[in-house]
Amino acid sequence: MSEEPIISDELEGLLNVAFGPEVYEVEKGMVRKFAEAIDDPNPLWHEAAPPTFPAALVPTELLHKMVTAKCPLTRFLNGANELEYYQPIRVGDVISVMARLEKLRKMEGKEGATLFMIVDITYQNQRGEVVAKGRNTFIRY
Amino acid sequence: MSVFYEDIEVGSELPALVKYPTTMQLVKFAGASGDYYPIHYDKDFALANGLPGVIVHGWLVLSFLGQMLTDWMGEGGTLVRLGGSYRGMNPVSEDIICNGRVTRKYIEDEGHYVRVETWAENPQGERTVTGSAVVRLPSRQTQA
Repeated sequence: MSEEPIISDELEGLLNVAFGPEVYEVEKGMVRKFAEAIDDPNPLWHEAAPPTFPAALVPTELLHKMVTAKCPLTRFLNGANELEYYQPIRVGDVISVMARLEKLRKMEGKEGATLFMIVDITYQNQRGEVVAKGRNTFIRY
Repeated sequence: MSVFYEDIEVGSELPALVKYPTTMQLVKFAGASGDYYPIHYDKDFALANGLPGVIVHGWLVLSFLGQMLTDWMGEGGTLVRLGGSYRGMNPVSEDIICNGRVTRKYIEDEGHYVRVETWAENPQGERTVTGSAVVRLPSRQTQA
């Protein structure tokens, strides 16, 4: 009986590959909907994006590959999100999202084997300025 | 209204913010963020995944902590860093109590900064999210 590895070649092959840019136009309605969804009535969010708005600027290609890569662990959780801000993201900005799978870490948790996948993301505006950087920890268990 | 650097002391607590997310809010957040993983709105799927029921998106709880910070600092403040680790599950239709405490004050390159330890609690007082933030605040000295 051979045991399927938790870190498959397919998953390991994603490490340190540059994904993106994926380009998002920050439309007024999109920011309004986001502010409504988080239930934050601050009038600042009529023109600027709330701090967690990068949650909507998803590096879909990398995430899709991470989710569909062969792995015996089939359940997912969001482990952590960190953001560092350099400039506000404003309505009308065009944001390019670049992502890289930085680390794969296997651990034995309460629920058995757990895999931490750490993704670094850079968000750049239409002037080529870095507006934010993010680090997200995804969990497969 | 704004908070000034000089008004803050290490140990100062931020006004708590209490939120009560429902499944409807999670559906709105799924739509706004594009995260349609069904554990956040499909109870059967959540139960089949060994979860107690529908659970709140980590990003949504972090958004609540972000609101607590931006409400507190006012228009004069700038959020420099925000982060959270999701240590426990928040079920829907239950209070999430957001808290913050200043752990450090420092001046760097003429900027006035405070570091805030943040956490979200469930009604049992368990910390489901722990995080930290860095905020740049205006100074009374440079306001003159």
